[in-house]
Amino acid sequence: MGYQGIGASVRRKEDLRFLSGKGNYTDDINRPGQLYAVIKRSDRPHATIDSIDIAAASAAKGVVKVFTGADIVEAGLGGVPCGWQIHNIDGTPMAEPMHPVLAVGKVRHVGDPVAVVIAESRQDAKNAAELLDIAYTDLPAVANLTDAVKPGAVEVHDGVGGNICYDWAIGDKAIVDGVFANAHKVVKLDLTNNRLIPNAMEPRVALGDFDTSSGDWTLYTTSQNPHVIRLLMGAFVLHIPENKLRVVAPDVGGGFGSKIYHYAEEAIVTWAAGKLRRPVKWTADRSESFMSDAHGRDHVSTAEMAIDKEGHFLGLRITTLANMGAYLSTFAPAVPTYLYATLLAGVYKTPVIYCNVKAVFTNTVPVDAYRGAGRPEATYLLERLVDVISLETGIDKIELRRKNFIGVDAFPYQTPVALQYDSGDYQTTLKVALQNADWDGFEARRADAKKRGKLRGIGISTYVEACGIAPSAVVGSLGARAGLYEVAEIRVHPTGSVTVFTGTHSHGQGHETTFAQLVVDQLGVPFDQIEIVHGDTAKIPFGMGTYGSRSLPVGGSAMVKAMDKVIAKGKKIAAHLMEAAVEDIEFKDNTFTVAGTDKSKTLTDISLAAYVPHNYPIEELEPGLDETAFYDPKNFTFPGGCHIAEVEIDPETGVVEMVGFTAVDDVGRVINPMIVEGQVQGGVAQGIGQALMEACTYDSDGQLLSGSYMDYAMPRANDMPGSLSVATENTMCTHNPLGSKGCGEVGAIGSPPAVINAVVDALKDYGVRHLDMPATGAKLWSIIQAAPSSGHTPAMAAE
Amino acid sequence: MAQVTLTVNGKQHTVEVEGRTLLVELLREKLGLTGTHIGCDTSQCGACVVHVDGMSVKSCTQLALQANGANILTIEGLAAADGTLHPMQEMFREHHALQCGFCTPGMVMTAVDLVQSHPEGLSEKEIREGLEGNLCRCTGYHNIVKAIAAAHPLMHAQAAE
Repeated sequence: MGYQGIGASVRRKEDLRFLSGKGNYTDDINRPGQLYAVIKRSDRPHATIDSIDIAAASAAKGVVKVFTGADIVEAGLGGVPCGWQIHNIDGTPMAEPMHPVLAVGKVRHVGDPVAVVIAESRQDAKNAAELLDIAYTDLPAVANLTDAVKPGAVEVHDGVGGNICYDWAIGDKAIVDGVFANAHKVVKLDLTNNRLIPNAMEPRVALGDFDTSSGDWTLYTTSQNPHVIRLLMGAFVLHIPENKLRVVAPDVGGGFGSKIYHYAEEAIVTWAAGKLRRPVKWTADRSESFMSDAHGRDHVSTAEMAIDKEGHFLGLRITTLANMGAYLSTFAPAVPTYLYATLLAGVYKTPVIYCNVKAVFTNTVPVDAYRGAGRPEATYLLERLVDVISLETGIDKIELRRKNFIGVDAFPYQTPVALQYDSGDYQTTLKVALQNADWDGFEARRADAKKRGKLRGIGISTYVEACGIAPSAVVGSLGARAGLYEVAEIRVHPTGSVTVFTGTHSHGQGHETTFAQLVVDQLGVPFDQIEIVHGDTAKIPFGMGTYGSRSLPVGGSAMVKAMDKVIAKGKKIAAHLMEAAVEDIEFKDNTFTVAGTDKSKTLTDISLAAYVPHNYPIEELEPGLDETAFYDPKNFTFPGGCHIAEVEIDPETGVVEMVGFTAVDDVGRVINPMIVEGQVQGGVAQGIGQALMEACTYDSDGQLLSGSYMDYAMPRANDMPGSLSVATENTMCTHNPLGSKGCGEVGAIGSPPAVINAVVDALKDYGVRHLDMPATGAKLWSIIQAAPSSGHTPAMAAE
Repeated sequence: MAQVTLTVNGKQHTVEVEGRTLLVELLREKLGLTGTHIGCDTSQCGACVVHVDGMSVKSCTQLALQANGANILTIEGLAAADGTLHPMQEMFREHHALQCGFCTPGMVMTAVDLVQSHPEGLSEKEIREGLEGNLCRCTGYHNIVKAIAAAHPLMHAQAAE
């Protein structure tokens, strides 16, 4: 077996159980005496609940209990809390309406939980839920951002005027307006960022359990961050202290952000298990996932760039409406502010930027972070705008980007929107991507496609994002109600094997493999003698979980710090055993040596001495070899790079075929290249999905139209490019011990504008300046048909 | 309630089921074979694919009673008795064709049938088309396609032995 440390494409440990059907997902867990919960959800977007008659349902076969909003009010349960508070321009805090775990008095979106039926079997509960007699009075509803802020629009929450959750801004408006007043040219673009449904393949599940002997609660849940759930649910909703509440997130089947948040169903089953003294399990149908998992994106923006004669960017001015849905989800307020507006410098040295964001309540499912969270919206806006500037100035799109790039010698680079980028090399990622995509050979490919009757286009996007979240003091000053450090405990066992306890959570990322590689590298312990433990608050120290591509740069850094402590203690023990000065002890390849001698002790010798301290400096040193470290990052990390998409459009049908995709990303130090490639490939697939296919759609009355896989277009194997080239060109993160930046989201951030830029390029003879995502066949067919150069008249297209 | 007798992974079972019980519910809840997953309620995602008499079937789309007398193979029964992985499982691991693992059992069972039913070989396009009924949100399918292409010669060489 070859080297299994940093830089090796080690095959994944977790695969053996996943490939043989031995994964342990939440729905695979059943507790003795378990009951089943079915949630009755609102089928209307906005209504008052006039009455709920539970008599028939309660009397139905197998039913143990029915709870409604009245019961949770009586029990004094708190609302689902929000983890981030944004302040308005005038300094006042955002509107933060109550989010009850079961609707009280009103429903505010299709899918809002109204009652829970708990029965001996899932079928019994489902049948009984149909017998609930709920009298509603429908209210006018608003689903769409621009409608929600119109004067006189219906209020989603009483007293939240204009449906504005907050009206926030970054930058100096007067200075930016001054730059625009004197600019050579201003290029303006209106654009939307389409609403998406995350659709992790595993639906959410929550299983509450109550131990009558100890009085302890346990929640098994599909979560990316069990400690965060324990804190939010225990402290704010159920009022259970941490010592009596355990949260377990076992194998989790994908998250992409949607499993960060504390959801009502988690609180309902945990509370009900305590009330009924029996375990209660809820498993979402996919139809429920569509109407209850937090959605993503949903921005409407106007962007303007002021430029000089040569095409230098002088100033950027943006207004954005961001949909929050009906209630504030855990991270929602942070997404269109500190994860979006602070990225609007992008890879460019635009000196002044002003962005105004209005977050808006609507009668839709709550919106929160989805893979990329804010950075895809910023990147899409910028990279579309840059292409439109190229179109309107005639400056080549590559040249325009190059001349505005932040130079490789400019780091650390202070942007005008708060962030300080520590490292990057945008010219190099661009250069390599152009080579890998054979950019120069494109016109020949376009000409060849034309002979075949196809419209071929190529599009580029150059981006930077911020992840590795996040420095606690910084995010605290920006409204976060938590710290965002991470924790690791390294337990060296008496015979030298190692267990790592991490606060991060793996739900597809392969931490059991990557994190073990860190231990191989630093402690020299063989790969198969390392165990990574995550996902159980009864086992792991208090950590913040996995999102924002933080697990390696933050969680991995905590591991490095804890292993440094192990080595430092080991040196003291080794010095005692070998009768040398601590300063003379060196550690390398699992072995402590006395410098300049042939005296050595293995890590196992040291750990054995630490746990059997017969010959041991017991006066100065505690026994044991078990170290914990918390790591609070000094800054965000800044992955970046260049994505190039190549498409062919059939003008007869409008259907887009992805014929090639090239990604060259800078993710800092790579631990496992195979896993990094996989992360980027998956992110790109989600980006292509957003650009070409996916659209969460509500009708104007707030009914969810895209509520199943029959209606919501998920990318399938045939939708993805056969030619997909993924590579990295890395500069190191300067402020964490690994140099790693994070790779989980780059694919979904860089790709959508590359694809749309390619589609617009393919349609350049049809007078297309911009089109909104998704670029479906129907949309493109209409554009082609309506264009004068198509040979079809608009009247014909309408026939 | 009615009785259904079926063979699952070489072992015969007789189980009491309701008329409405789905095959996937029988496998997961009655037999404890939780490797077969449920990812949707419209027969779109393919997480529940098993083999029924050698053919890949979405087990959420078949009633348990319809499987009376059938021979079922689930992901738990794919590896050899000594634990040696099936070539498809091995190639999924080798080519990093899985991330969260939730779609994987259905994806592997579909892929095995796809390769078995195309001894003449499979183009990349045919593999992609063959995966029409299986959704994966993690991998972007690229490595799944690679794994299936790599498993094809191994499986047919093994079959020829």
